[in-house]
Amino acid sequence: MVDFNGWDMPVEYSGIIAEHLAVRTGVGIFDVSHMGDIRLAGPEALAAVQHISMNDVARLAIGQAQYSALLYPQGTFVDDVIVHRLGQGEYLMVINAGTREKDFNWVRDNTHQFDCAVENLSDDFTQIAIQGPKGVDALQKLTDVNLAAVKFYWVTRGTVCGLKETLIARTGYTGEDGFEIYVPSDEETSARVWNAVLEAGREFGVVPCGLGARNTLRLESKLPLYGHEISDTINVWEAGLDRFCKMEKPEFIGHAALEKAKSEGLKRTLVGLEMTDRGIARDGYKVWNESGAEIGYVTSGSYAPFLKKNIALSYIPPEQAALGSTVRVEIRGQGVKAQVVPTPFYKKPKNA
Amino acid sequence: MPYPTDFKYTKEHEWIKADGNSATIGITNHAQDSLGDIVFVELPKVGAELTAGKTFGSVESVKAVSDLYAPASGTVTEVNGDLATAPEKINKDAHSSWMLKIALKNPGELNSLLSAADYEKFVAEEGGH
Repeated sequence: MVDFNGWDMPVEYSGIIAEHLAVRTGVGIFDVSHMGDIRLAGPEALAAVQHISMNDVARLAIGQAQYSALLYPQGTFVDDVIVHRLGQGEYLMVINAGTREKDFNWVRDNTHQFDCAVENLSDDFTQIAIQGPKGVDALQKLTDVNLAAVKFYWVTRGTVCGLKETLIARTGYTGEDGFEIYVPSDEETSARVWNAVLEAGREFGVVPCGLGARNTLRLESKLPLYGHEISDTINVWEAGLDRFCKMEKPEFIGHAALEKAKSEGLKRTLVGLEMTDRGIARDGYKVWNESGAEIGYVTSGSYAPFLKKNIALSYIPPEQAALGSTVRVEIRGQGVKAQVVPTPFYKKPKNA
Repeated sequence: MPYPTDFKYTKEHEWIKADGNSATIGITNHAQDSLGDIVFVELPKVGAELTAGKTFGSVESVKAVSDLYAPASGTVTEVNGDLATAPEKINKDAHSSWMLKIALKNPGELNSLLSAADYEKFVAEEGGH
């Protein structure tokens, strides 16, 4: 067990590799109650969300969700979020554990001009992620909702484990199909539902999964982690999150700075690396060019259990970032060869 | 899992088994359990010199990098090539998955290492990490 942003959480239950493979081939479950939840509701909720979020939430139908980010005026990240449209003028933002308080204050302080109530619901929910190709089969045993009809990045409400109006979202942080359910956070309900999900998943080989597998899964799928690929000193273009940033919106916090940054050009860019010589690139390791000059650093790196390779994400200058380029990662004083490769490193199979 | 009584142990969780003037070195079951899934082992080449108490390589799990400390001084005579491609063997059986064989420079050094009983006590007191 480790202290993860103030939460006592397991790194692994049965082993990172076994847990990672279970999610890629069957089903794995995660207690992700450390994530935060902010509800925005009111006649001007849409305008409020549009002001603070870089993606275009006007595109969301009721029951639809999108990945986005809250930005500082400099165009750098407050946090990345998933915005769910729950009702006509009702949105739920799911945010990172480590930024719960910062995000809530940010949202509240930057939306007071809108007729919109902002509520911190983070402690109200136990959030359980059920991830993998068999996730839908496992969860279907516990709900009356026809899960086949819930498309990826859509959300619905239904009875789960006897709990009416439970929020069910087809979202996740693993690069696989899967769901996240939000149940009342009292201990009795939480334990009951967790055990029910475990039992329902048993025939599909379910394993509970910890932070270790959560990290290796999201890394293979190139999903950013706050404090690594995104932070308050990294902007949207550097992080390569252009497609979630709708500059055609007339305004949002960070718009002007991003406009300016775009015209100035990129000084560094996020790339995928695959180690070609023996060695594992890890968070914070330096990246050198072939001549041994330092050109950047690793934001996240690890052995990838499904791909069975050593992979990493890193910031390097755009000039060195062509696919196939060779760089070196400094591992205990030695420059170990790596290659710039396309990302995501892993993509779930189409028919899954 | 009982710790073999014909091994000696270090506080850094390596084991060493002497056989006359040569010895075999590996890491303990406690070490592999603490590390989790081992995915990489960095070992010196045949001919390299080990100095007791100094690092001679590293072992990496998915989540962590751990230095390996020489239990005794000597020259590397053999390296377990299996570990380059199948490091997970250490997780399966740490006490059989030897890493190196060395020619001991000073066999007397082993006298200051822990016995199996002392090592078990040491691990228990460490509080299971």
